[in-house]
Amino acid sequence: MSAVLELSGVSKSYPGTPPVTALDDVAVVIRAAERAAVLGPSGSGKTTLLHVAGTLERPSMGSVRIGGQEVSALSDAELSAVRGLRLGFVFQQFHLLDHLDAVDNVTLGLLYRGEPARDRRAAAVDALARVGLGHRLRHRPAHLSGGERQRVAIARAVAGHPDVVLADEPTGNLDSAAGGQIIDLLAGLAADGTAIVVVTHDPAVAAAMDRRVVMRDGRIIADDGARAEPRDGEDRVGPR
Amino acid sequence: MRTDLRRGRRVRRAPAARSRLRAGDLMLGALLGLRARKLRTALSGLGIAIGIAAAVAVLGISASSRANLLAQLGAEGNLVTVTAGQDFDGSPAPLPLTAQPMIERIPPVESVTAIGYVPDVTVRRTAAVPAIDSGGISVYAAQPGLLGTLGGRVAGGTFLNAATARYPAVVLGAVAAQTLGIDHVGPATQVYLAGQYGRYFTVIGILAPVPLVPEIDEAALVGFPAADALLGLDGHPTEIYLRAAPDQVQPVVSVLPFTANPAQPEAVQVSLPSAILAARAAARAALSGLYLGLGAVAILVGGVGIANIMVISVLERRAEIGLRRALGATRGQIGLQFLTESVLLSAIGGVAGIAAGAAATASYAALSGQPTVVPAASVAAGIGVALGTGALAGLYPAVRAARLAPAEALRAS
Repeated sequence: MSAVLELSGVSKSYPGTPPVTALDDVAVVIRAAERAAVLGPSGSGKTTLLHVAGTLERPSMGSVRIGGQEVSALSDAELSAVRGLRLGFVFQQFHLLDHLDAVDNVTLGLLYRGEPARDRRAAAVDALARVGLGHRLRHRPAHLSGGERQRVAIARAVAGHPDVVLADEPTGNLDSAAGGQIIDLLAGLAADGTAIVVVTHDPAVAAAMDRRVVMRDGRIIADDGARAEPRDGEDRVGPR
Repeated sequence: MRTDLRRGRRVRRAPAARSRLRAGDLMLGALLGLRARKLRTALSGLGIAIGIAAAVAVLGISASSRANLLAQLGAEGNLVTVTAGQDFDGSPAPLPLTAQPMIERIPPVESVTAIGYVPDVTVRRTAAVPAIDSGGISVYAAQPGLLGTLGGRVAGGTFLNAATARYPAVVLGAVAAQTLGIDHVGPATQVYLAGQYGRYFTVIGILAPVPLVPEIDEAALVGFPAADALLGLDGHPTEIYLRAAPDQVQPVVSVLPFTANPAQPEAVQVSLPSAILAARAAARAALSGLYLGLGAVAILVGGVGIANIMVISVLERRAEIGLRRALGATRGQIGLQFLTESVLLSAIGGVAGIAAGAAATASYAALSGQPTVVPAASVAAGIGVALGTGALAGLYPAVRAARLAPAEALRAS
């Protein structure tokens, strides 16, 4: 399986006195259809790892490759395109727009691809059906349960068939029943080749994934799926 | 189920890895964004609406007044006045007796009428009123065709005719009648005209105001034969009014001095009262500049209000901005979204303002009996100003929204 997301030697520090080091020499490779949970205590750098992997933040040092493409040299607009085309995001707070119904919230995930509205809508209806919300298309977030909202957010993330879905505490605001459905949904995404990276505190989420990456103080201290990972990310620089 | 058939369908990838946002989607997004905050949109659009409404109403009302005036004048403005200048004491100098028949022979002249100033005659309610309280009313000899040429009408009674022109009968101008305290014409209504010999004249008519020739409003009009016989006029007219064919006004004006007084053409003055009135109306319209200025201030304040609300909106919607960046929006697309919302908000205010201004113009015109005129230029300018204000007001908030770092924006929630 090809690597869809590779971080090597990634550090991220924020200026201040003293400077805060959120990530310290992190290396991780995620392959297609791989399901990885990132675990660790609060402040261990999990969310920063997700933001750097998702090109929402640039690393202070190191290299991030998405679909084999080194992204550090890309412009802001090019990074935006990478996010829109190759990545999907799921957040703890769902981040649905209250004034849009479920379908329109999902089409938002395809908005910046510039495709015709009819195609986006069809893909959104399709994605909502996949998350089991085919009967809630015209409902606004206010009329959906927490679990349903997160399912709309997952539909938004996968509507464009991204290479990787990056989820930040997707069950953090849900009760265990709703959380269980979300875990099943995320775990099922790998069936059509989408890789999942989920940052979580929830042991149930971690248990449902193939691989567990444990972080502390900005470093990866344990990774039960790192066997296939090459030791030195520098070897991979160059065209492939 | 239809959606099931589509399961697993892969969405095509754009060939070039570029975020693209369709113009229609941008507009729709802005519209939905504004609709999500209806009250805020309405309140912040109000400033622009008031400013544009004030400007459109001012322009509309002055255009309506001007249209009304032109309708009164006869838009052609073909009334011409010929005078012989003034005597040493300031009273109108007489024209030759040949003036009127000569002018009548100029082919484009449609109608001619003459009036003659009767010097040293005062008009009073009764002989008991002292001569010094003349009220500033002048006595003129007039011909029966006067109203036809001037486009005037009587408010009450009748005008002079060939018969009454020979008798001691008088028609009062609107202001003169008011000065004398006469508001209706009865068989016994008389005024005292005193010159060399005083005598009572019967009031047979009161004129409606004649906007083109206001001196008629302050006059008492008698027939030429009566003026000659009873008030000592020598039959000479002092002013001649004529209507020329509308497209021939200037040629007629150029030959009038020689025609009216071949011996002393330089003493003859020719004027176009409609041109004078139009100029006066234009001067009055300059006053509306003040109201336009007030409208501009309202628009400025409205623009500041929009800028303010948009800045607040950017702060409140940081999570949305972060989400959109995560979904592939570029900085430019985020900025454009807020700019579009601002312009759209201002445009909505502008359209509402134009509607309100047009409605104000229409109700003013209806109340004052004028035609309703909303100049197309003021509508276009209103929309242009609204769009420009929205763009200026949205610029700073748009830049702020665009500069927001995506990860930071997402953490803000």
